[in-house]
Amino acid sequence: MSIEVTGVNKRYGDFVALEDINLTIPTGQLTALLGPSGGGKTTLLRVIAGLETPDSGSVVIEGNDATSLPVQKRNVGFVFQHYAAFKHLSVAKNVAFGLEIRKRPRAEIQAKVAELLELVHLSQFANRLPSQLSGGQRQRMALARALAIEPSVLLLDEPFGALDAKVRKELRDWLRRLHDEVHVTTVFVTHDQEEALEVADEIVVVNQGGIEQIGTPEQLYDEPANDFVMSFLGDVTTLGGALIRPHDVEVTPSPISEHSLEGTVSRVLRIGFEVRLTVLTDDGEVVTAELTRTHARALQLEEGVNVFVTPSPGAYTMPAPSPAA
Amino acid sequence: MLWFSLLVLIPLVAVIITASSGGWSAFASQLGNEQTASAIWLTIRAAVVVTLINVVIGTVIAWVLVRDRFWGKGLLEVIIDIPFALPTIVAGLVLLSLYGAESPLGLHLANTSMSVYLALAFVTLPFVVRMVQPVLEELDADVEEAAASLGASRFTTFRRIILPSLAPAIAAGAALSFARGMGEYGSLVLLSGNLPFKSEVASVRILSAIENDNPEGAAAIAAMLLVVSLLVIVVLDLIQRRMVRRG
Repeated sequence: MSIEVTGVNKRYGDFVALEDINLTIPTGQLTALLGPSGGGKTTLLRVIAGLETPDSGSVVIEGNDATSLPVQKRNVGFVFQHYAAFKHLSVAKNVAFGLEIRKRPRAEIQAKVAELLELVHLSQFANRLPSQLSGGQRQRMALARALAIEPSVLLLDEPFGALDAKVRKELRDWLRRLHDEVHVTTVFVTHDQEEALEVADEIVVVNQGGIEQIGTPEQLYDEPANDFVMSFLGDVTTLGGALIRPHDVEVTPSPISEHSLEGTVSRVLRIGFEVRLTVLTDDGEVVTAELTRTHARALQLEEGVNVFVTPSPGAYTMPAPSPAA
Repeated sequence: MLWFSLLVLIPLVAVIITASSGGWSAFASQLGNEQTASAIWLTIRAAVVVTLINVVIGTVIAWVLVRDRFWGKGLLEVIIDIPFALPTIVAGLVLLSLYGAESPLGLHLANTSMSVYLALAFVTLPFVVRMVQPVLEELDADVEEAAASLGASRFTTFRRIILPSLAPAIAAGAALSFARGMGEYGSLVLLSGNLPFKSEVASVRILSAIENDNPEGAAAIAAMLLVVSLLVIVVLDLIQRRMVRRG
């Protein structure tokens, strides 16, 4: 087990950032800490790195108790949301920094830097300054810099948060492939469920200073432990008093089972390839359903049309929390 | 460009022309005057020493103002600017009453060369502080954390990451501080007593040259100060570039 966090608490004044966190992160995996802003995921990552000291609890990295070790001694690679580039140093010098601190022989440093720049596809930019790179390139440089010290764990704090949607998606795929090549234990923080579902082997859902659920992307999506996880990982709607994903709601012109509910289409919203339908049932429930464009067209759906909504066979549902909760 | 020429270039050229009106030998003999040479030498020495002090102390003060929280910080922020805001002759009077013959502190620096150093240190203190402070405020904390995560100690992080970022600001503050020191008059003229070979500085020497109807002599000293200042600014720029590059 690569990282073991036990009984960690952290407060800032009255604000409880982390409350009794127990977490084990296995070696060689790509783990996502997923949660809303201010939920404590970044604080947890910084506690693992040694950039934050927990009020109580312990952090063990690769079998060594790191709780009282300063960040310098933990041998962790850390990648920041805003790159944290050394602006006055060239790309190659940035990557070489950790190795120079470790007083490695010059030839070894040069070879290692060349190898890493190759890995992150920045070889031709070795002599540029960070300011001459795009955001995505800067983040790849930061990643190479963190990998240079051959860290026991690689920690990334919202690594793609400052990038635009397209670059973000590219880098996400690229990180996954890189991880498959390098196999260093990696933990990354994100508030983007799609990013976590797509990239991670395992997801830890962090909310209000605690852990809501730990599991593979499939487990979390298909069997969420509670309504928070269910609604955080994707859209949800209510149907017959139960929480259900909108794409698990079937819309038909006539009832198909005893669970079918009759209603009227109150809104049709077209978003790219999908159509989002709002149906007001006769019981007064507002149900959202997602259909493909072609499916919606075949049903000739428009506002005011009478339809039946039914949970798809095999769809995951859970009782909706009472409004007071 | 025209504005710049009117304001800066033409007066500078006028000084050079006046200085060179008597030819090279006259220029050399003006500066060769022992009393003049001694005054220029004291001025340069004092400006260099005070600038070096400011580079260190000014950076430290800026650091404390940006990074530390303590009681009275707001007050210190204001006090730093007093040498800027105070008319120099008032500063001179303050220094005279503090360190003059009737010093309440028992420090009698009047009529010594020390008085020149003291007066310059007083009036040039804010330059480095005020140049470095905003740059230090803009530095990202995550850059330092990144250096630490790569294994750099606090000292190494300061030397290799923070200092190179501050170098241009320190150099600019040092240049201002040095230039001010070279031409300072008001704050030191009362305390120093202007004793030839002891506490007389170049600016005082220029005034007495003018009073003695020797405009060429005054221009010669002025030209000399100009050359030295220019040289120091170039040297500071070179040092700063080197520091940034070496990282």
